[in-house]
Amino acid sequence: MTLEAASPGAMQARATPVVEARGLRKTFGKTVALDGIDLRIAEGRILGLIGPNGAGKSTALNAILGLTEYQGALRVLGRDPWNERDQLMLDVCFIADVAVMPRWMRVSQALDYVAGVHPRFDRGKAEGFLAKTAIQRGSRVRELSKGMVAQLHLALVMAIDAKLLVLDEPTLGLDILYRKQFYDSLLNDYYDLSRTIIVTTHQVEDIQNVLTDLMFIHHGRIVLNCSMEEFESRYLEVMALPEQAATARGFKPIHERQVLGRTIFLFDLKNNGVDRQRLGAVGDARTPSIADLFVAVMGEKASGAQGVAR
Amino acid sequence: MNTSSSGMPDFPLEARAVSPAVVSPTRPLYWSVRRELWENRSIYIAPLAAGALYVVGLLISLIHLPRDVREIAMMEPAQQSTMLSHYYAHAGMLLVLTGFLVGIFYSLDALHSERRDRSILFWKSLPVSDLTTVLSKASIPLVVLPVIVFAITIVLQLIAFVLSTGVLLTTDAGASMLWTKLPLFQIQLGLLYSLTVMVLWHAPVYGWLIFVSGWARRATFLWAVLPPLALCVGEYLSFHTTYFTDLLLKDRLFGFAGRAFNLVAPDGTPVDAHFIPVAQFTPGRFLSSPGLWVGLIVAGALLFAAVRLRRYREPI
Repeated sequence: MTLEAASPGAMQARATPVVEARGLRKTFGKTVALDGIDLRIAEGRILGLIGPNGAGKSTALNAILGLTEYQGALRVLGRDPWNERDQLMLDVCFIADVAVMPRWMRVSQALDYVAGVHPRFDRGKAEGFLAKTAIQRGSRVRELSKGMVAQLHLALVMAIDAKLLVLDEPTLGLDILYRKQFYDSLLNDYYDLSRTIIVTTHQVEDIQNVLTDLMFIHHGRIVLNCSMEEFESRYLEVMALPEQAATARGFKPIHERQVLGRTIFLFDLKNNGVDRQRLGAVGDARTPSIADLFVAVMGEKASGAQGVAR
Repeated sequence: MNTSSSGMPDFPLEARAVSPAVVSPTRPLYWSVRRELWENRSIYIAPLAAGALYVVGLLISLIHLPRDVREIAMMEPAQQSTMLSHYYAHAGMLLVLTGFLVGIFYSLDALHSERRDRSILFWKSLPVSDLTTVLSKASIPLVVLPVIVFAITIVLQLIAFVLSTGVLLTTDAGASMLWTKLPLFQIQLGLLYSLTVMVLWHAPVYGWLIFVSGWARRATFLWAVLPPLALCVGEYLSFHTTYFTDLLLKDRLFGFAGRAFNLVAPDGTPVDAHFIPVAQFTPGRFLSSPGLWVGLIVAGALLFAAVRLRRYREPI
């Protein structure tokens, strides 16, 4: 009886995207933070939202979370986030920053409070996550290190049976060990195909192998939106010796840079129509890092066409 | 019994009980109020500290209690009750004043601290509505503090009564007058009545402070105090009248007393504020005074504005 009652809703959720936006726009005075974004995020994806400071990433996430007003159409799990934030938060979790846990709160109080207000919180699960850390139940948040606060917040969030998790710079200021642990436990202990994760970070190397989808955002617009499979088949990085550089340039790279006497070219195979094998003959070919593609795409946006053919 | 119930024995009811729990709307409110008590421990520590101060004063005063009681015994009977009430009334006055001050400073910080320490982003990540949040914060000065003040005062008065009895029994003054003349129950009833009346009368004050705490980016105290003050000063400078001063300062802070109590005794003398007999209570006059209802409407409007405002609020 219970299952029957629950399943139509679940099926409906599978059919509709988790996030759907059309013409999403937000301005602060004369500054345009979001310039009419169209967005569709399907269930089970892990989307990385990458962009320079002030590109509009946080504004987009805040709109999705019901933290800021916006123009245009936006639906998150079928709800209007601005007017239904409290209802939406039954199915959405977010970590907006590393330092939003109230500093006066004790770990045990945080567990009590979330268990008290959130019907989908599994306290046992959170206790299990905390047992793997050095966090004491009686400690106040202000007594914990930055990394431990992030662990605590993640333990709380992962114990909530939510459909969408939004992470806005969740690992800012953490050392590499904590950052690695953070994403490892997110993938191993939390993620499954019924959950959707959106993450923004400047430490893109951390999430390259975590994402299923990638989105670059710049000046309030989406400048790149692709799956990671597409990313891997579309972009190629070739490291060429000086004598091969001229040949490489002939294939119209979208970006080039010098490293230790060699030139590294970045190719967009979709645009120049050259196949991998011919480029492989020019030098060592490999999939670029997100960071390198980001620099290439953003550099191009920032300086117009800097001698780079398009 | 009827046929339908025997045909479908209890099954639908059981199924309903097992189906996914519907969240009671009071549960987030309950936990949000507890959250306030965790964060603002002054809500109970300050009244407890005031209570401790009272006990210290009480212990010292017990030294001269037998002498006082002998003096009171020589007064006329009507005055004896009032004089004996003093110690018990002082506990109430001390606690009411403490509760009022805690309520003022709590309200001024209520919707400000969560923005200052950025934790508003944590609270907003949970399924707790802005209405629940503001109601939980408003309930501290409007419900929680009065209850704490009442409970601590009752305990203090019982301590005072037991200790006084003990001391008097060891001296020749005797405890009989204390037991027969002290109107302890009436004092406590008066305290309950006063707290209720005050909280209803002061509701717009707390409402204003909570609204300002959610509105101002900084210096909440100045934003709360200066605009009303400017209104009073401006009025006086322009018209040489004190209409706003009387309304905002005098009437809104102290006006409940003249409405909720008949402060003139039947014999025409002013009533001693230490002990106001139940016969002098005028709840009908209080409830029918426009100032009460206008104040409650203003309080409701300010709290509603604070709820709407919180949707737009972010860390500062």
